[in-house]
Amino acid sequence: MTAPEIASGVAARARAWHLERRHLIVAGTILIAALIPIAAQSFVLFQLTMVMVYGLAILGLNILTGFNGQFSLGHSAFYGIGAYTAALMTHLWGVNYLLTLPAAGAVCFVIGFLFGLPALRLQNLYLALATFALAVAMPQILKFHGLEGLTGGVQGLVVDEPDPPSFLPMINADQWLYYLTLIVTIVMFVLAANLVRSRSGRAILAIRDNPIAASAMGINSALYKTLTFGLSALYTGIAGALGAFAVQFVAPDSFSFLLSVSFLVGLVIGGVGSIPGCLFGGLFVLYVPNIANSISTGLAGAVYGVILLAVIFIMPAGAAGFVRYVLARVTGAGRSSA
Amino acid sequence: MMLEVRGLDAYYGQNRALYEVGFVLDEGHIRTLLGANGAGKTTVLRSLCGMVRTAGEIRFDGKLITSWATEDIVRLGVAHVPEGRGTFVRLTVEENLQLGAMTRRGRAAIADDIERIYVQFPRLKERRTQQAGTLSGGEQQMLAVGRALMLRPRLLLLDEPSFGLAPLIVEELFAILRRVNQETKVAMLIVEQNAALALDLAEHAYLLETGRIVMDGPAAELAADEGVRRSYLGY
Amino acid sequence: MELLISQIVSGLATGGVYACMALAIVMIYQAIDHLNFAQGEMAMFSTFIAWQLIQWGLPYWVAFAMSAAVSFAGGIVIERVLFKPLHNASILSNLVGFIALFSILNSSAGYIWDYTIKTFPTPFGHKPLFGGLVDTHAVGMISVTVVLLGLLYSFFRFTRLGLAMRAAAANPESSRLVGIRVGWMTALGWAMASAIGAVAGMMIAPVVFLEPNMMLGVLLYGFAGAVLGGLSSPAGAVIGGFMVGVMENLAGTFIPYVGRELKLTLALIMIVAVLMVRPSGIFGRRVVSRV
Repeated sequence: MTAPEIASGVAARARAWHLERRHLIVAGTILIAALIPIAAQSFVLFQLTMVMVYGLAILGLNILTGFNGQFSLGHSAFYGIGAYTAALMTHLWGVNYLLTLPAAGAVCFVIGFLFGLPALRLQNLYLALATFALAVAMPQILKFHGLEGLTGGVQGLVVDEPDPPSFLPMINADQWLYYLTLIVTIVMFVLAANLVRSRSGRAILAIRDNPIAASAMGINSALYKTLTFGLSALYTGIAGALGAFAVQFVAPDSFSFLLSVSFLVGLVIGGVGSIPGCLFGGLFVLYVPNIANSISTGLAGAVYGVILLAVIFIMPAGAAGFVRYVLARVTGAGRSSA
Repeated sequence: MMLEVRGLDAYYGQNRALYEVGFVLDEGHIRTLLGANGAGKTTVLRSLCGMVRTAGEIRFDGKLITSWATEDIVRLGVAHVPEGRGTFVRLTVEENLQLGAMTRRGRAAIADDIERIYVQFPRLKERRTQQAGTLSGGEQQMLAVGRALMLRPRLLLLDEPSFGLAPLIVEELFAILRRVNQETKVAMLIVEQNAALALDLAEHAYLLETGRIVMDGPAAELAADEGVRRSYLGY
Repeated sequence: MELLISQIVSGLATGGVYACMALAIVMIYQAIDHLNFAQGEMAMFSTFIAWQLIQWGLPYWVAFAMSAAVSFAGGIVIERVLFKPLHNASILSNLVGFIALFSILNSSAGYIWDYTIKTFPTPFGHKPLFGGLVDTHAVGMISVTVVLLGLLYSFFRFTRLGLAMRAAAANPESSRLVGIRVGWMTALGWAMASAIGAVAGMMIAPVVFLEPNMMLGVLLYGFAGAVLGGLSSPAGAVIGGFMVGVMENLAGTFIPYVGRELKLTLALIMIVAVLMVRPSGIFGRRVVSRV
């Protein structure tokens, strides 16, 4: 059979299974992602693991800000709480690392939910300040000498990288962590996508777009907003836990306000309200500062700023918006020429 | 002719909203533009003010103003009371009126005009230091008209002034408009869904349907027309 | 009791710094309807320019005036080049714009003038007053802040240009319909923000010393003060700034065990607590809109 015949055969099969192009792209990406560790070096694996970690953290922020319209400058706190939960559980109490993930999620969900309650009264900039207070408080609390026994104070805690399970002798610890992160990321992203399409998801979006109308329609805004806060914190908390294992270290100053800023930048660059965009955001936030530094060490910050500006000017709706625009032009052009 | 429009097309992005629209309006006269929702009436007014992408000819006092910026068109003496009133909700009633006179000079004359507006709209005077956003719909409409009059305009554009207002308030408003036209000779182009009121106030009327002018004649003629009566006057 | 009073007084002295910054933030918010996250960096950069002029031998007040003028012009440039293209984009995209500006200014200042701490002169001297709790500079700084506040308040409240700027920020479309050139108003707002920031920076530098990261803490407290006072009230912002200074000091001194280390956290918690009761800030005007 010739290539075009094979291609159209695949396409026909795909149509029969009601698969869309979107699903094929996702499947293809996952396949490539799964194959990478075979060839890649440890350091690259670490970076790619962190890309997924940041992508997951940004997805958490996206759920709150992108989908529900509540500002947060405080997600570094949830990331930090997740990281410290993982560190404490494995380091101090010898708990199995897999259990730390749901634990980090649960702890952050509760804290997020509790924070969401007073947040109901605050709008926009005032909410931003309150979340900012949270971000600033976190490192201070972690450094507090009264809690040093628990948190390790300024020096932080060492976190052991998890060993791969015994039934997979051929992969090393770095590769195992990569795969674990990949699986968790895929699951969490799929769950998020399903949430957005569900009835609850529509309620969440309705609250963002027109809070008064949403209430008038019978949506319990207060409940949804606080639950969304909790869910958003959960996502970022789990990302924090995974991040702790990747970096193998937790220290208070890693979880400062600047991290929140990074998440925000990643959210906007990826595309607010876009789930796949979060991964692009993670990619940007991980690699671009390094690129800026290699262009000019003295002016790294300035170069980073200029790149940021260039990206927002060219893609004001983020990478996701840009892709949508390109696809619309391409398919639109294709249609009109047919 | 003070205002002449010929072959006006308007676009929202790729979508065309007006097709070869043409009409005129002379100094001191009142004309109305009727039509259903989505016919393009608001688009016509926005085109006159340079707020929409257009093609064609718009002439004011013989000057071609089709591509002019809104701020410059305003300085020719064109005041627009937009759809939704466009009130500065966080500013006070008095500040809203002062803003209407932003392009004028002469503090004394402006202060006098504000007092004159308060005479026409007593309810506004009661609320002069209140945040404009706290006013009712009818009062905000009065404020919007008052603000437009502060320009001492030669042409007043009104976009659905009756929208969302109780019938009694609307009658009051239209009576005021008639009085203002008689006293100051300001020309008016009124876009309305409430055809009965508009045809009563105006001398000449246009009917717009899906972006095209389909009728053009004296108000009395349109009011008597079978088709107009059935579709727009309800009897 | 004596300790309380002296802590309040020195809190007011540090609060003066925050009040100055808070004023710049709120005035600009009134003019451009955005919170300028790069305000501190702009102020810092302007202060470095003044420092450089003084190093080149110019007298203080000449350098002061020139720095303010250069900042005024710089504000217009920043608005035209950076934020005009972004004005149709979302708030979040604008936020990233501010972050980029912050990064560029901070990095450039470090590159041009390096990170060693420099002293910045004050025209008021550092003579101690009230038994050493405050000094002449603190009093001078507070006076300048109050005078600036008065001037700006009068400008926005009583002049036509001030009204036009407020209108342009609040409702650009309606502003065009009354003939206001909205683009120029926004540029003017930025220019004023920049100049006020320069003044704030030159007042603050003698206290915190001049280096590229000097404004980080001040900006945080300045925002806190502005929000506490209410973003729609310039006087409120100044009072808010003073209150933040006092709260920070009292927290550090009087709350046992945690006070010193968690000063910033406690101050912020207190502010959030206030916002719970008055969600638009203490003096903020609640924007009432009928549905």
